[in-house]
Amino acid sequence: MTRYSCLPRSLFVVVLILVGLGQALAAPRLNIEITGGIESAQPIAIVPFGTSEGLIPPVDMAAIIGADLARTGRFKPMPTRDMLDMPSTREEVDFRDWSLLGMNNLVIGRVEPDPTGYRVSFSLFDVFRGTELASTSLVSTKSGMRQTAHRIADEIHEKLTGQPGVAATRIAYITSTGSGADLTVTLRVADADGYNPQTIVSSAEPLMSPAWSPDGRRLAYVSFENKRAAIYIQELSSGRRELVASHPGINGSPAFSPDGSRLAMTLSKDGNPDIYSLNLLSRELTRLTDHYAIDTEPSWSPDGQSIIFTSDRGGSPQIYRMAATGGPAERISVEGDYNGRASYAPDGRSIVMVTRVNGAFRIGQLDLARGVTRLLSRGDLDESPSFAPNGAMVIYATIHGHRGVLATASVEGGGSQRLTQDSGQVREPAWSPLKR
Amino acid sequence: MIEPRSRRLAALLLTVMLGGTGLAGCASKPAPSDTASRPAPIQGRPATTAPMESTRPTYAGPWEDPSSPLYQRTIYFDYDTAEIKPQYLDVIRTHARYLGSQPGTRVTLEGHTDERGTREYNLALSDQRADSVRRFMLAEGVPANQLVTLGYGEERPADPGHSEQSWRLNRRVIIQY
Repeated sequence: MTRYSCLPRSLFVVVLILVGLGQALAAPRLNIEITGGIESAQPIAIVPFGTSEGLIPPVDMAAIIGADLARTGRFKPMPTRDMLDMPSTREEVDFRDWSLLGMNNLVIGRVEPDPTGYRVSFSLFDVFRGTELASTSLVSTKSGMRQTAHRIADEIHEKLTGQPGVAATRIAYITSTGSGADLTVTLRVADADGYNPQTIVSSAEPLMSPAWSPDGRRLAYVSFENKRAAIYIQELSSGRRELVASHPGINGSPAFSPDGSRLAMTLSKDGNPDIYSLNLLSRELTRLTDHYAIDTEPSWSPDGQSIIFTSDRGGSPQIYRMAATGGPAERISVEGDYNGRASYAPDGRSIVMVTRVNGAFRIGQLDLARGVTRLLSRGDLDESPSFAPNGAMVIYATIHGHRGVLATASVEGGGSQRLTQDSGQVREPAWSPLKR
Repeated sequence: MIEPRSRRLAALLLTVMLGGTGLAGCASKPAPSDTASRPAPIQGRPATTAPMESTRPTYAGPWEDPSSPLYQRTIYFDYDTAEIKPQYLDVIRTHARYLGSQPGTRVTLEGHTDERGTREYNLALSDQRADSVRRFMLAEGVPANQLVTLGYGEERPADPGHSEQSWRLNRRVIIQY
């Protein structure tokens, strides 16, 4: 059975006004708009952080933490203007006030000067019990303050939900402007809140299929810069890159194995598109499928033991599973006449994929044990789903107002956001692993 | 067969006509860009890619002459199939005969899809479309070394729209001389 998990978008529309930092960044930022919330979102008060006399922190820590928590769909931060009081130390907190305001949790913090930049401390409280749930002090450079705020948001998220937060993760995506001879395609990486976009590679020819290495330090991608598809692996910190596949025919769908030792890919060098596995140390290439149909879009199971892929060997594109060393494949998508681009949830219990429903391409989550597909999106041309590394959200590409944009959907249902760039098309999002 | 001088004249005339009406982009290969891809280091460190050179071909061939049977160089496909429709077999045969008579001429069979479905599946499908045309040409006697295939998937649409009107123009193989 297929059913919607999207609540009406008007339920909880909050536009986060994201103020620029004046950083010297050429790339346009992704603007995030919350288009749906979870009804059971928990009220939380994040009080503007206190500072020592005369210190002006480079960013509003409480605002960044609040926006991070709001984006999860699980929290409803209290507007600052509704606060009766702005404590920044434990002694200043009166729990009765926050309790009367209906807050379950309270976050206070301070920013103090430090030789490296700033010392940021925060405490998280259970308002009803009047107890401290977490308290940490971190040292941050000036430019690292946003990242420090994201880490605090993730610590709060984990303490209150038991699940790691993803505010400190990043998203890789493709943008394009123009067409034909004026085409410019760019692979970018931005923070999960759309800030700090960095250009990884830019080309007058198509770029496709960014895929993160499990350590989050490298991206594999497909580039047509030499007028044919080739696969590169690029190290983000240095910009150094390596050509890893440039065979006759297509070179596509790169996917790192969970241990980072192999790159699965699609090559048509032996006649038609099949799946191969490249040992990144020995450079030995192993063919995993050998079928006259299209076999593509490989994705590894979290334990690295199996690979799921798209094949039209049964007459329509469907998802199949085989051992990571190749061999017989079994079909695992059960419904619909088009299922493609599948990838595993971090817990391995479900997969997310593109599924066609009444002619519309939508994002579906297939529960592997129950064989049930749930729709997570409601567009006509939705594609490229990618799980957040905590499994709570899926990011995908969709069309909004004739433009390619990104969107997220909460797996629990309800929470959703739209990520847009001021100009150009955005597509093929890939969510980074958790920071280690 | 047109003799070389008048062929050049026809080509020149065609260039002027198409240039004047702004249709050149539809009939000829998009101009190769002279800007190379460059990986950008995140913290301003130097990238390590060599720049690539490309030059625009200035010579024309009979395929640019609207009165030539070789002028039709695009073969259209139905959705999610690489099967060549019967009405295009003669188009491919015409090119196959020409290539058979011109051993020095190579073509790129450039496959494309519409935007529906996933991008990498479409890349594979476009490769299969190009390969269908290649295999038909091989069967018609064209030597393999004159044929190169290239799949672009849905990345280079002829028409950027989101309806069947656009999609039918995007599901194609272009015979690029």
